[in-house]
Amino acid sequence: MINAVKREIPEYIEGYGKVKPFMGAYANYGEVTRTSIKLKSVKPGENKILSSIKEALLKCDIKDGMTVSFHHHLRNGDYVLNMVLEEIAKLGVKDITVAASSIFPCHAPMVEHIKNGVVTKIYTNYMSGPVAEAVSKGLLKYPAIMHTHGGRARAIESGDLHIDIAFIAAPTCDTYGNINGVEGKSACGSLGYAIPDAMYADKVVAVTDNLVDYPACPIEISQEYVDYIVKVDEIGDPKGIVSGTTRITKDPVGLKIAKLAAQLIDESGLLKDGFSFQTGAGGTSLAVAAYVKDIMKRKNIKGSFAAGGITGYIVEMFEEGLFRVLFDVQCFDLKAVESYKNNRAHQGMSASMYGNPHNKGAVVNNLDVMILGATEIDTDFNVNVTTGSNGVIMGGSGGHSDTAAGSKLSIVVTQLTKARLPIIVDSVTTVTTPGETIDAVVTERGIAINPRRTDLLEKLKDSNLPLYSIEELKAMAEKLTGVPEKIEFEDKIVAVVEYRDGSVIDVLRQVR
Amino acid sequence: MRRSMLFIPGNNPSMIQNAPVLGADSIILDLEDAVSIDEKDSARYLVRNALLEIDFSGCERVVRINSIGTNFGYDDIDVIGRVKPDALIIPKATEEAVEEVDDLLSAIEREEGFKLGSIKIIPLIETAIGLEDVFNIVKSSKRVVAVLLGAEDLTADMEIKRTKEGEEIFYARSKVVSVCKALKVDAIDTPFTDVNDFEGLRKDSEKAKLIGMTGKAAINPRQIDIINEVFSPSKDDIEWAKRVILAYEEAQREGKGVFSLDGKMVDAPILQRAKNIIEKAKAIGLIKG
Amino acid sequence: MRIKKPAKAGTMESNDIYIMVYPNENGNEIQLDSIVLKQFGKQIEKVIMDTLKELEVENALVVAKDRGALDYTIKARVETAVKRAIE
Repeated sequence: MINAVKREIPEYIEGYGKVKPFMGAYANYGEVTRTSIKLKSVKPGENKILSSIKEALLKCDIKDGMTVSFHHHLRNGDYVLNMVLEEIAKLGVKDITVAASSIFPCHAPMVEHIKNGVVTKIYTNYMSGPVAEAVSKGLLKYPAIMHTHGGRARAIESGDLHIDIAFIAAPTCDTYGNINGVEGKSACGSLGYAIPDAMYADKVVAVTDNLVDYPACPIEISQEYVDYIVKVDEIGDPKGIVSGTTRITKDPVGLKIAKLAAQLIDESGLLKDGFSFQTGAGGTSLAVAAYVKDIMKRKNIKGSFAAGGITGYIVEMFEEGLFRVLFDVQCFDLKAVESYKNNRAHQGMSASMYGNPHNKGAVVNNLDVMILGATEIDTDFNVNVTTGSNGVIMGGSGGHSDTAAGSKLSIVVTQLTKARLPIIVDSVTTVTTPGETIDAVVTERGIAINPRRTDLLEKLKDSNLPLYSIEELKAMAEKLTGVPEKIEFEDKIVAVVEYRDGSVIDVLRQVR
Repeated sequence: MRRSMLFIPGNNPSMIQNAPVLGADSIILDLEDAVSIDEKDSARYLVRNALLEIDFSGCERVVRINSIGTNFGYDDIDVIGRVKPDALIIPKATEEAVEEVDDLLSAIEREEGFKLGSIKIIPLIETAIGLEDVFNIVKSSKRVVAVLLGAEDLTADMEIKRTKEGEEIFYARSKVVSVCKALKVDAIDTPFTDVNDFEGLRKDSEKAKLIGMTGKAAINPRQIDIINEVFSPSKDDIEWAKRVILAYEEAQREGKGVFSLDGKMVDAPILQRAKNIIEKAKAIGLIKG
Repeated sequence: MRIKKPAKAGTMESNDIYIMVYPNENGNEIQLDSIVLKQFGKQIEKVIMDTLKELEVENALVVAKDRGALDYTIKARVETAVKRAIE
């Protein structure tokens, strides 16, 4: 069948099940249900502390076919996922589903577990490195399922994704299971992505390298959700967890794109008191924030909030009074961790509060402007951030689709070409985010506004912005690079891309 | 219009193909100082091909060739001249060098069937003898459309220290400007070499503008916005120019020969200045029309 | 033109191509490595072949390591390497 972004999708996918086709970004709002939770209550005097991950696995009755979950606040420095899978493999358990909010190059040891049949299914919102390559090559038994950050929270809450055991990498945990991310040698700040896991998993195991006396404060994940606590030497490599500083690009092309994006925001009419904003941690995205900051200061505009993964640069804007509140699901650098720890208006949020379409209103719904990246964007404005130009998985939606759908103005910032590859194409390799939720593309050679946004086009008609149709931008790119040959794939489906509402927006096939 | 002229190293494909989007009025593809002796051939072919195939989106395409005191210089003219750049910059310019390049270009233009004189020349004044002879240098070829002042080499030649404040080049700037105004060509100021000091760049540009420079060379893309801003007519300039022209039109209607604005008489040079400002502002897109 | 000695041109920087030219026995031959091989491999080989033909080179082995160069760069690097190889 053909879904709403014109992708040919099977009605049934082996190892995934019956397909709900994507019907449009706003098709599935309304009445929903949340799953019920089964838990083992704790009576006075019981001890939650166990001696090892192995003991925790045995206490949780690990067995073939179970789903274990992880969160990615330790990013490319995470040790917990590898430690747990190693113990599972040693116990001889097979057919495990790994539900990890993101998978990074540091998780390379998982490839062996995939080959040995220990891991046969993966749910994730983003993956890069050896595991992603293994999935693209078809090594995983069942198709991987790619969620959005908000979509993962929805899947967990609805019961679509049932977690048997959630492992929480806890930078600090007390002896009764109260967890925070702001203290300890592995401090990573907000633990927003772990919250749905903690609330809905059958069993919750905190793995910590900073076990402290009860009670630990602040509490981000509370004792009422945690079954067991395991102390290990290290939960991660601090160098991989948070970067020292996130930097604005010095690349003149990136700066040109950022300047144009800021001008577009200025002309859109959204940049006024109460302005809300989100941007990624990429150099160009941060440069947009820098130019927006200049405009806000010049015009004395006081914003309401900035959201998302928070960087030191956004913290600076907040400290200068340009935003009243920060909503933080994950800290990207030490400055953000420090601010999150010390400032009450630097507010944590769960993955669900951030972007779940099926709760009573997510933060993304209140965003004015969202700055997004793209590896490809097509003339229907569909964006691919999942696969690279060679067809191999190198990312995923993360919050891309959630913020695009929620914000009033979603802007993709990208170079028109990268290493001879035109970024604007007739049809993206993989649809991650549907074009109906993308309002503008800003490149160094010009801006294309989604023709669906007639209101925005009307507003900009007297502006000095270099406006083109997306087809014109595509032609400019191809004039430089030539037209690339199509990449060919095998027939086997290696991953299913779910939109935030759980419908299937695209499938990925095995690379040749 | 040449508010900003951006130097781009001639052997760097990334920088060459990105150059058109950076906002500079002119792109200077540099075959001289930015290219090592071993790579002169390589850069020459790369720049030639770029001029043939890359769309510079309306930027003026200028090439700084090597000095014709070297073999490289002749090869540069022969290879680059045949793909018709907008202009060549001649380093360490002298009257003789400009005349010789003029002749070589004329021969190429005849052979290739280009309009005679279509390739312009921008002498780079960076020696004491060049500075003292700048009037004759500009007069020596009809192709000369601008003069670029190169203060680093000039101060070296004069054995004086180059400073950020630039007091030492006040005479050189004044001399170049005076000649350029007299002979109606653009006066392009020397680059500001501290690429991280944007306040310094602004001050230096304003200083140059104050005494009549019409544009400035840039050695880093991040310098362009400030240079363009300084060398564009200001809002006040544009407002003033509009009022002068309105007053002129009113005087025309009333049949008055002379007229005044704000109590001051407006004569032909002032009217011309106002017209120039409006034209410049239109070209930059500051006003519609 | 006859290739007399091995010669190289270009760099391994992004958007450039590193070209090595060697004398060859039977016609022109290309060994191409590119970060965009799947999308532009054929096009790059064609540009190299056409450039050799234009320069009237008949027996050359061209080893090319491409970092996303556009055609104008490929042509320039091949021409430079060939001219260095015939000196």
